[in-house]
Amino acid sequence: MSMDRRQFLKIAGISSILGLGASVTSAANLSLKQGLTPPQVEKNKEALIAKRWAMVVDMSKFKTEEDVKKVVSACHQSHNVPDFRNQDGSVNRKDEIKWIWQAPYERAFPGQDNKYMSEHMKEMPFFVLCNHCDNPACVRVCPTKATFKLADGITMQDMHRCIGCRFCMAACPYGARSFNWRDPRGKNPNGEPFIKNENKGYPMRTKGVVEKCTFCSERLSEGKIPACVEAAPQGGLLFGDMEDPNSAVRLIVTNKYTIRRKPDLGTGPAIYYLIGGGDHA
Amino acid sequence: MKLYDGGKIIFGLVVFIAIATFPFTFNMVMGKGAKAPEPKTDTPEIQKWAAENNNGKKECVEPREFMRAEHMQLLNDWRDSVVRDYNRGYISNASHKRFNMSLQNGCMQCHSNKKKFCDECHTYMSVKPYCWDCHIAPVEKEETRS
Repeated sequence: MSMDRRQFLKIAGISSILGLGASVTSAANLSLKQGLTPPQVEKNKEALIAKRWAMVVDMSKFKTEEDVKKVVSACHQSHNVPDFRNQDGSVNRKDEIKWIWQAPYERAFPGQDNKYMSEHMKEMPFFVLCNHCDNPACVRVCPTKATFKLADGITMQDMHRCIGCRFCMAACPYGARSFNWRDPRGKNPNGEPFIKNENKGYPMRTKGVVEKCTFCSERLSEGKIPACVEAAPQGGLLFGDMEDPNSAVRLIVTNKYTIRRKPDLGTGPAIYYLIGGGDHA
Repeated sequence: MKLYDGGKIIFGLVVFIAIATFPFTFNMVMGKGAKAPEPKTDTPEIQKWAAENNNGKKECVEPREFMRAEHMQLLNDWRDSVVRDYNRGYISNASHKRFNMSLQNGCMQCHSNKKKFCDECHTYMSVKPYCWDCHIAPVEKEETRS
């Protein structure tokens, strides 16, 4: 059979289109068979859902050292955060793992202090934690997508993917990330485990990964508010949906005066600090 | 063709083969190493679940064959779905029942025998998954059942 150039091109073209089509459909079939198709997974019915989770911190509600300690220990207890203290009980600045901690005004809000502000304001410790930024620097630099933004504004991380490069720690302007220099399962020289009273419902971390506050995303999916908010005195820490015009956090941010940490960096932090709150705010 | 000293050579070959294959033959006859482990699914939790939810029939998230071959892929998919999309419930393809997508709060609540259920096979296959570097393993119960 002889074939001219035109016929040859027609046949070759049609058969390559058919071949491509077949490989695409078989690939689609394969992925359907192997992957989890969307209807197979669902959220918990009681899960709390928001467009943009945010927090308002009102330090005036924390009257005693005890109030403060309760918040930190509620968080660290529920997330199995290890306590890498020095042998003499002092804080180990290098090894320390922090999810929520305290910083004085000049540290929390550098550049916004002045020499005439009240001693009270200067000395008062502020709760600081991950700001769950709109535009987080940590997410931009993470080479493995181990840290990422959730649809509801939380800056989340997947510990399985973390390779411990610590780019995110260098990028975060709030020092909200901590690296596990030591194995959190270990024991201190006194023979006490770094994690006392482990929470069996939550994993630990391993040596060589970075961790931080997750806004209790695991509790949100069970319909609970974050552990720190639960442990704080009434109104001390408020948690809610900033996109909802009637939420408690939105009402405060709209009607009162709040500040955020280093807003000029453009990261869009979602932790708001209420100034001049007092008992009736 | 003539084989000089044929008797000695054949005898020598037989001895050589016997010695060279000794580790394998010994293991087949005497050893325990070659025996494929059988993961145990008879924990009290599983029996309780089966009695209460499934007329006494034991059943995992998906059929046994699927779980044997694909549990690592399933767990990876679960992890991504939980961490990135807040999905916590998994609807089984086979039974349409809902399961909690969680290693510590799901799988291991039933399979409370990590040593028998996970480690035996993983050791046999010489795979070293790093699940338990972070996740908290269930407390091993004393082996009272024979």
